[in-house]
Amino acid sequence: MAVVTPAAPAATEEDKELLISGSEAVAESLTLADIDVVTAYPIRPYDTVMQAIAKKISGGQLVAEYIVAEGEHSQFEIVKHASTVGARVFCGSSGVGWMYAMECLVVTPPLRVPMVALVGNRALDDPGAFGVEHNDALVVRDVGWLLCWIDTSQEALDTTLIAYRVAEDRRVFLPLAISADGAFLTHSQALTMVPPKSKVDRFLPRYDRGDLLLHPDNPITVAPQANEDWVIEIRRQNNEAMARAVTVIEEAYADFRRVFGRGPENPWFEEYMTDDADVILVGMGTISLPIKVAIRELRAKGKKVGLVRLRWFRPFPTEKLVAALSKAKALGIIDRDYSFGSPFGSGVVANEIRAALYNADRRPPLLSFICGLGGREVTLEDVYKAVDLCTAAAAAGKSDAKTHWLGVRE
Amino acid sequence: MAALICEVVYRGIFQKNLAARITRGIVLSARKSGRWGIAFGRYGDSPQRNGIPAKDFAIVADTKEELEQNMARYEPKHVDVTIAVDDTLSKGVESWAWYGLQPINRLTVPNGTLLMTSVQSFDSLLRDIHKKDAPYKLALLRAKASFSGLWVYKEDHTEVRILGALAKIAPSFLTLDGVCEAIKEIEWGSDLKVESVKKAYQRLESREVKLTEGNVEIPYSFEMPKWWEMREGVTIPAIPVGKPKEDGKGYVPERNPYFKKFTTRTMRPVIDFDTCVKCTLCWIQCPDSCFDVMPDGTYDANMEACCGCGVCEAVCPVEKCITMVNESVFDDNASQWEMWRNDKEGYKAWMTEKIGDKNATVRSHGFRFRGQYEQELEKNLDGGGVEITAGIPGENAQHKTI
Repeated sequence: MAVVTPAAPAATEEDKELLISGSEAVAESLTLADIDVVTAYPIRPYDTVMQAIAKKISGGQLVAEYIVAEGEHSQFEIVKHASTVGARVFCGSSGVGWMYAMECLVVTPPLRVPMVALVGNRALDDPGAFGVEHNDALVVRDVGWLLCWIDTSQEALDTTLIAYRVAEDRRVFLPLAISADGAFLTHSQALTMVPPKSKVDRFLPRYDRGDLLLHPDNPITVAPQANEDWVIEIRRQNNEAMARAVTVIEEAYADFRRVFGRGPENPWFEEYMTDDADVILVGMGTISLPIKVAIRELRAKGKKVGLVRLRWFRPFPTEKLVAALSKAKALGIIDRDYSFGSPFGSGVVANEIRAALYNADRRPPLLSFICGLGGREVTLEDVYKAVDLCTAAAAAGKSDAKTHWLGVRE
Repeated sequence: MAALICEVVYRGIFQKNLAARITRGIVLSARKSGRWGIAFGRYGDSPQRNGIPAKDFAIVADTKEELEQNMARYEPKHVDVTIAVDDTLSKGVESWAWYGLQPINRLTVPNGTLLMTSVQSFDSLLRDIHKKDAPYKLALLRAKASFSGLWVYKEDHTEVRILGALAKIAPSFLTLDGVCEAIKEIEWGSDLKVESVKKAYQRLESREVKLTEGNVEIPYSFEMPKWWEMREGVTIPAIPVGKPKEDGKGYVPERNPYFKKFTTRTMRPVIDFDTCVKCTLCWIQCPDSCFDVMPDGTYDANMEACCGCGVCEAVCPVEKCITMVNESVFDDNASQWEMWRNDKEGYKAWMTEKIGDKNATVRSHGFRFRGQYEQELEKNLDGGGVEITAGIPGENAQHKTI
């Protein structure tokens, strides 16, 4: 085995530009965040992240416990416990691997463990498939996980740093899952600015578990058995932490922009050509790419179309999103997920937005689209079709209250 | 329009099948006079532990609507009849699901009935039963507590005798004929049990309890914290390290101030400090860490922490150094070691009386030897079904078998 000599960190304040995938960008951030414990169990596409971290450790750039668990359940259990003794932890999985860890995933929020996880979005088996669907990460949407979706390698890197800042804030102390579309982001290399450690140190404080630290000097019992006289109070605390996360996320993005000189003003969602848009499409993750290209084509033909790309799903940016969407003449929500038997058979995002708009003064017609499942390409034609239906709804002033499947053979 | 609400307060595991049979019997008996009913357990009492106080309920009503009205609560806030199937419950109960000590008659309505199986006198029981701010009736069925295991019921007819007593207490809901008819039809019924119902009906003893009667002790209680007062992360402070007993000697551990557990106990260890060899076995083996280390190196079982499991008696290598004695013969939780220190002769006399009481040293729970169950069943069922038989298998068996 070759002896690896750790390279001395470059004493520079400058960012360096690297050609890296979304998974490698996450590993860059984990190195900069100086994580303590990482657990791994292979499943595509998340496995690219664990490989990238392993390289960082073997290359001497990161000193951390790297534990290969015997399955995802243990993988998440191990970091949960490591976090309670004060370690900064990272974990991740995909599709059914994430599902296998579910028992651990649901207990992490009430224990207020600020675990950061990467979900490389993958269709749930069966059929065994590697392609992206968002249903895996969405399964934890009701139980207290902070959930966000990223679009580029740069956003992967930046969001990972922001994730530790938000999750480890004492006001929050909740687990945070960053969702990255399998293949489109995890396996695509893009030019990415990697900041120096000195900047990261100004942005990201040490993880301080404070009064919840499991340590002989702070003797506590974690997770005793409780009955109906205690549970609703514990849920109420969880709800409060989720509500407090709103402020903490906004603070973190503002501070990120101050320290790194980049990043969005609006943490919650990206708005693309929405100012004068008659039709606004909404989606999460890398689906933005074909939509943006289609929008430019449509704009050239005089059609006023815009995109809202949702970054944060939990906490859901209800007021801001309603303000941004209610000005349109029609909305098209494009879900890369499904929710069988749900209202109108729509996707998860469409139903959330319908609910968010219920009390709005102005409720544009809303059309629901399901598209790109299992990693199927979302084509420009799919987007044009969605926009055509939305334009018709805008003209009619009402939607057809149906869910349209795009790009399915029929 | 009328309803009858009954609670059965019982010892977890040991009496769960007994309690379920009683509540089931109440509903099926009342059905004979056209009533509607439901039998249910307090879900929060599960998971049960050996001996922990737990509750089952039976509600019967004239109409379905009235039944629903009374069922629309997690557990009834008041009951017409409180049935306690072990008289050591008279000291109050602290269930897994409740907070603080609750008097056994807490839910009993004014002029309602507290029905107990006991061989104690009314006055002896009223030394333990807390005072109530309304008069009620205390009804006694002469029997020892019927204890068995998780899956079994000791066929000593306690369940049908309770039903016979209820026919006397609440005849408008449970007629004697209705109970007898129902018993025959229930899966565990028999003609012999019908006879037991009738005898219990005839032999029930009952008397008024006045406002002035009862134990004046104020049961301990505490306020439940608000959600924002609770620690986050499902964490609770660990029990702190304890302190020396006195003058830097001995050791008294800190204990959970919110859950004392002693109402789980049906027997308590009585300790002969003069013969203790300080071997530490009781202290080490106690699953509830109930022993305090005294300055002289002996071990005092703290009566607020002892669950009465009897492990200490079983592991003690000295003959009659630790003897389990039925809880009914004690009136308080005072320290035995302090009694012994203050008056050695007086303590000796007290201890000798307690451990010499053959009725009180019969094991209340668990079978001590193979065949004990069959032996007990041979005895007169009317007398509670239990003859004095006790003993511990193994090396200690001989001298502890009466």
